[in-house]
Amino acid sequence: MKKLGQLRPELPSRRQFIKTAALASGGFLIGCGSEPASTPVAEASAPEPTVAPPVPIEAEFNAFVKVGSDNVVTVVVKHLDKGQGITTGLATIVAEELDADFAQMQTEFAPADAKVYVNTAFGVQGTGGSTSIANSWMQLRQAGAAARAMLVEAAAAAWSVPAAEITVAKGMLSHAASGQSGSFGEFADAAGKLTPPANPSLKDPADFTLIGTRVQRLDTPGKTSGETVFTLDIQRDGMLEAVVAHPPRFGGKVGSFDATAAKAVPGVVDVVEIPRGIAVLADSYWSALKGRQALTIEWDDSGAEMRGSAELTETYRAALAEPGEIARGDGDATAAVEGGDDVLSLEFEFPFLAHATMEPMDCVVELSNDQCEIWTGSQLQTVDQMVAAGITGLTPDKVIIHTHYAGGSFGRRAVPDSDYIAEAVMIAKAIGGRAPVKLHWSREDDMTAGRYRPLSVHRLEGTVADGKIDAWRHRMAISSFLKGSAFEAMIQNGVDGSAVEGARGLPYAIPNLAVEQHLMEVGVTGLWWRSVGHTHNGYVTEVFFDQLAHKAGVDPYELRRDLLKDKPRHLAVLELAAEKAGWGTPLEAGRARGIAVHESFASFVAEVAEVTVKDDGSFSVDRVVCAVDCGVAINPDVVAAQMEGGIAYGLSAFLREAVTLEEGVVQQRNFDSYRPLRINEMPAVEVHIVPSGEAPTGVGEPGLPPIAPAVANALFAATGKLVTTLPVADQLKTA
Amino acid sequence: MAIEFKLNGEPRSVDAAPDKPLLWVIREDLGLTGTKFGCGIAQCGACTVHLDGSPIRACSFPLAAAAGRDITTIEGLEGPAAEAVVAAWREIDVVQCGYCQSGQIMSATALLGQNPAPTDADIDGAMSGNLCRCGTYVRIRKAIHDASDKLEGKA
Repeated sequence: MKKLGQLRPELPSRRQFIKTAALASGGFLIGCGSEPASTPVAEASAPEPTVAPPVPIEAEFNAFVKVGSDNVVTVVVKHLDKGQGITTGLATIVAEELDADFAQMQTEFAPADAKVYVNTAFGVQGTGGSTSIANSWMQLRQAGAAARAMLVEAAAAAWSVPAAEITVAKGMLSHAASGQSGSFGEFADAAGKLTPPANPSLKDPADFTLIGTRVQRLDTPGKTSGETVFTLDIQRDGMLEAVVAHPPRFGGKVGSFDATAAKAVPGVVDVVEIPRGIAVLADSYWSALKGRQALTIEWDDSGAEMRGSAELTETYRAALAEPGEIARGDGDATAAVEGGDDVLSLEFEFPFLAHATMEPMDCVVELSNDQCEIWTGSQLQTVDQMVAAGITGLTPDKVIIHTHYAGGSFGRRAVPDSDYIAEAVMIAKAIGGRAPVKLHWSREDDMTAGRYRPLSVHRLEGTVADGKIDAWRHRMAISSFLKGSAFEAMIQNGVDGSAVEGARGLPYAIPNLAVEQHLMEVGVTGLWWRSVGHTHNGYVTEVFFDQLAHKAGVDPYELRRDLLKDKPRHLAVLELAAEKAGWGTPLEAGRARGIAVHESFASFVAEVAEVTVKDDGSFSVDRVVCAVDCGVAINPDVVAAQMEGGIAYGLSAFLREAVTLEEGVVQQRNFDSYRPLRINEMPAVEVHIVPSGEAPTGVGEPGLPPIAPAVANALFAATGKLVTTLPVADQLKTA
Repeated sequence: MAIEFKLNGEPRSVDAAPDKPLLWVIREDLGLTGTKFGCGIAQCGACTVHLDGSPIRACSFPLAAAAGRDITTIEGLEGPAAEAVVAAWREIDVVQCGYCQSGQIMSATALLGQNPAPTDADIDGAMSGNLCRCGTYVRIRKAIHDASDKLEGKA
């Protein structure tokens, strides 16, 4: 019987081989995968070959493309892959322009280098806002095309033929007239020494052979064999496992503590105070946890947020009585809704939400006098580098970051103050760098540490006339997690763009339209959570729209078509989803459909949800039909996967997810009280992609915003009950 | 006192606290990191391993209870059901972040080992203990059906 390892395709085992070979041959430095300096236990125990095989030579063509003498093409990926498949997508772009065989492609994560690997959408190296493909599209096309031109030039010189007569296909260079051909590997060394062309010619998209087709994900083999090394899997010689006792309230501090009992726990090596709490270091995670349980700590809550969710919600609701900062003002919505006698008014409430990634926050740090080395799923490398530099007193260039595949993020690992990475560096500093440290948050640490999707309250008021919407006023009260951060520039004229996105961009033709925002002060830390402002604004706008359509006596789908006449991309996804879902065709009793369309991060998505409601008010979401326009779909299967994932994540929040506080203390601690969607609740999902020649845009987030309103609109169609407080939980239950 | 059991077919002896969860014994004492930590209270399934062929949550299973038993992790998975499951997972690219997938594959393999032709309800029953925040559920379901078809000679 074959062991599963033998099912692996060639490349990952080749990588392993290179690492071993490089060690055996005396440390000849080559690119060797996305976790170059880590030494996972499983690999460290692999036997070294007795005879060192030849080590492939790798030529660097530019900052993004390397080609080995063994024909392996390595794409240096400046973005974090936390599941969205960006490694495969970016490798596809390079392979396309290079005319490589996709089977010869592999990737490694870029080092932290804000000059070379900046995300131009942010001005720092980082991943988010569904920008990765859009940001790297032209950059990597040019990098791939330049490398191709250099390989062609090297082959032309070697064969003494004109470069223009050389053709390239599937990783082979050929000259038909002389009958010569050769692989990339044969010319890599010579080509890599040539001067890169300044303006390499790019392919006509009509000639694409990989872009727009399904290639298999490069990360699948390692993630189905247990071999992919996540941060939590890293093992360093002499490493200590660290856990931290955090203040139970936001803004709380350590008053006093007694570590005597903790230090007596077998395996506990040290207990240190850091600015974020009390850290316990031990020879194993289990011992560290036991040590933490034995700590006695008096917390100082004098500066802590003491309010609970109910109190916050009431405070936010009260703020809505007054006008807020103007995020958008067309016509005179205020006159229409305050003077009108037939105004529809609805209030919506959203709770704090945790990202609850499957891999909790974790980070490995090795600190010496002149260097700080970090291994983690870094999502904002430049910020993480600056924060670590600030803590250690080193210059940022002395902070080395090894980015690892992350076990989910959904925004959680892009933290303006690098919270958990900072914590790991603080611990390493507190013990004087005498051992490598792995900080490992328990699920409870992760769940209660804040950085939530902010709580918010919204009031929507609107009027209809002649089968159309005449006025729409949207007031929201929400906190800003950007205030005081490196991203504060996103707050302009008192309006936090990340909070109003999806509301102020309402696409419908409405003559009187106002969006106002109250920025609330709260001690609970917030953060971007998959689709950010669109999480709540997609919901309120698309649910309120349906209610106004009912008030106007028009089918919600038809009213959308009417008011989106000048928005062709919205209209195209809307009509495609409706057509594929059979909008308007009869359904069996108890079953109903709802529809929603939303633009986010420059992509357009419409979804139709079908629900079945039972006599007792319990319901299931049975089928979701999704249409997406993301410009050129680099890999349609990855696009579909991201739509499926966004739908699952958004549906999960709609059904049950909420972080609630009582007297400032988070009530949910683990997956028994914060209960994400499980497989038995997952609807069937169909994804349809609008063919497009537009530049590619993101897909990590845009699948999420339409799902909850589509389901809510379907539930309203089935029951006449409207869900305005999320999550829905048992609100519709009648028995 | 050392506790003895088999891990992936090999006899192992571990001298650790008897209440130390098997997950940490496997990851820390024995160095196999394919089995993941997700919650520590048997709610997410990321740590799923096989105990004498049946799935258990290693995060909540004390080392002492493993004495004399046969433990299998993702690294030691073998047999027709396992091969069919992993091949199906790869064929349709189930994974996203991948962190939960060792556990998903262990649960799916155990299911097909006991029931080579599961219905959707059977899949719900066997797999609802395994969380996936990336939402790969649609593909997990399809991959299990595909693997079942292969085992049943239908594919």
